[in-house]
Amino acid sequence: MLKLLQIELYKISKRSRTYIAFAAITAIVFIFQFAFKADGGSYMNMMLQSVQDTFQIDKSKAINGYFMCYIILNTLLVQVPILVALIAGDAISGEANMGTLRLILTKPVSRTQIILVKFAASVIFTVMLLIWMAVMALFMSLLIFGADDMLIFRVKGEESQILQITKDDIMWRYWAAFGYAAVALTVIAALAMLLSIFAENSIGPIIATVCIVIVCTVISNINVPIIEKNVKPWLFTSYLVGWKGFFYIGTTDDGQPIKGSLENWPAIRNSLYILLGHIFLLVGASIWIFKRKDILS
Amino acid sequence: MNILFDNPFYLYQYFSSMVPIIEVNSLSKKFDDITAVNDLSFSVNEKDIYGFLGQNGAGKSTTIRMLLTLIKPSTGEIRVFGKELHSNRHDILQQTGAIIERPDMYKYLSAYDNLSIFAKMSGVKTTRKLIMDQLAMVGLADRSSSKVKTYSQGMKQRLGIAIALVHDPKLIILDEPTNGLDPQGIADMRNLILKLSREMGKTVVVSSHLLSEIELIANRMLIINKGKKIAEGAVSALLDPSNTLVRLETTDDAGTFNKLTNTSWSENTKMGKGHLEITVNKNEIPQLVTKLTEMGVGIIAINPRHSLEDYFLSLTNHEADA
Repeated sequence: MLKLLQIELYKISKRSRTYIAFAAITAIVFIFQFAFKADGGSYMNMMLQSVQDTFQIDKSKAINGYFMCYIILNTLLVQVPILVALIAGDAISGEANMGTLRLILTKPVSRTQIILVKFAASVIFTVMLLIWMAVMALFMSLLIFGADDMLIFRVKGEESQILQITKDDIMWRYWAAFGYAAVALTVIAALAMLLSIFAENSIGPIIATVCIVIVCTVISNINVPIIEKNVKPWLFTSYLVGWKGFFYIGTTDDGQPIKGSLENWPAIRNSLYILLGHIFLLVGASIWIFKRKDILS
Repeated sequence: MNILFDNPFYLYQYFSSMVPIIEVNSLSKKFDDITAVNDLSFSVNEKDIYGFLGQNGAGKSTTIRMLLTLIKPSTGEIRVFGKELHSNRHDILQQTGAIIERPDMYKYLSAYDNLSIFAKMSGVKTTRKLIMDQLAMVGLADRSSSKVKTYSQGMKQRLGIAIALVHDPKLIILDEPTNGLDPQGIADMRNLILKLSREMGKTVVVSSHLLSEIELIANRMLIINKGKKIAEGAVSALLDPSNTLVRLETTDDAGTFNKLTNTSWSENTKMGKGHLEITVNKNEIPQLVTKLTEMGVGIIAINPRHSLEDYFLSLTNHEADA
């Protein structure tokens, strides 16, 4: 298995399309950093418009490396599924398209092994992508903007909130958030890989994955009780942005933040269980279908 | 004298091991309503060069894909090296090398990388020397670092052969290996297949639509049409002079057909399109001509045909007519 995984990673590393995702992330992060360095004050004025009479905030300190990373992740993690689908959607269909699938399957390697190795390679790619995001969005931002306490702007129900997290309480939250994002994006990778079994070119599964994510995201945002109760809890898209939960700090009864705490850990944990359930289901279905598939390509 | 010792091909078959490497029993494959392979049975013996003949869409590739576990049979049994194929897939594929239709590989990688990847997948402990030796064997050592996308069809085919042979398999399955090759490439492939069998003792199953190629290399063959077996046996036996097909053109084919119904050739005479086909022993042809002349038949042309291609066409045409 390890040898097969090495082969798979080597093949991925040798394809130019692999680096499109890394280049896209680099470009987006750089544009964000440049824009905030040049005119971050205007953004803060806009965000603080409703509360500037109540709070006294030093805007120059509010725009720091931690805050920048949060803003970047907020935007980027919605788009990253497309980049993950770019690789995972090509896993089987790309081999079928090149004609190498039939060659691989005439080798003494089981179909289950092939699916597991392809899935593992997609997960490794996803993690590498997130590590690159961490390097670019977090460490580069810290280098450019420096470190300070982080402000989180949040709308909870009808109410706008500003949460403050002290700088010595932030880094672990980022590691946890990146870990959560890795699990969430792995669901996308598993879905794209499942779809790639049915196709003989990678465009179909990539587009189908993106379409499913869009449709499910729209459904996740329909605030009608019947859907909220019966459909939303089972859609993986309802949990894709669950990483934000690590930045919602727990507070005392009088609203004072408690260092090292989370507002709702059980909700985050349940979200992780549901995402892991999706992964097992999608990978299991991939193995079941691929083992029975006639290879006609 | 015993027919076995009369014919060098029978002799070859006798002395080559008769251990069946592949045994196929009542194999069928249906895709929805289409029966691609229909109740096919055959066996391939050790060290055979087994020709697999059929027109396009006859079911050759489907059968070969079933032999390589790419397609699951609807019914029937396949045994390879004496073991049931699907429950012993890993062991069997470890001793099998194959090219299926086109020699496709990773075009963005070099020949060295491609061969190295597939060697590792075949369970071979790869060294640079082993890979380079294999590439040298197929004449690609000097282009080992070039990306496959820069290769000609012939070079890809040679790399495909290297991939099929890198783990030193006992059984080699080649589906249309001469597709897209120039005449020199076809000759090289023919020589390689003969070398694999005669010098290296491999069992080779080769399908091709170039029937003349099969005639030159195979010792046994199977002819299929519309998924069904039409004939199987030693090439020499199928080209037996006692089964020479005579194509007869006359001034009145229907009249001649009627006249022949009262002769010993009646059962072996068939109406073709603009000619008659008579299966006779080659030695009987002079008698046939004499008889036709006596009956007052106006003979325009008489062609004894006994190449494999003619034999194949006559069989498949009869099937189609039926």
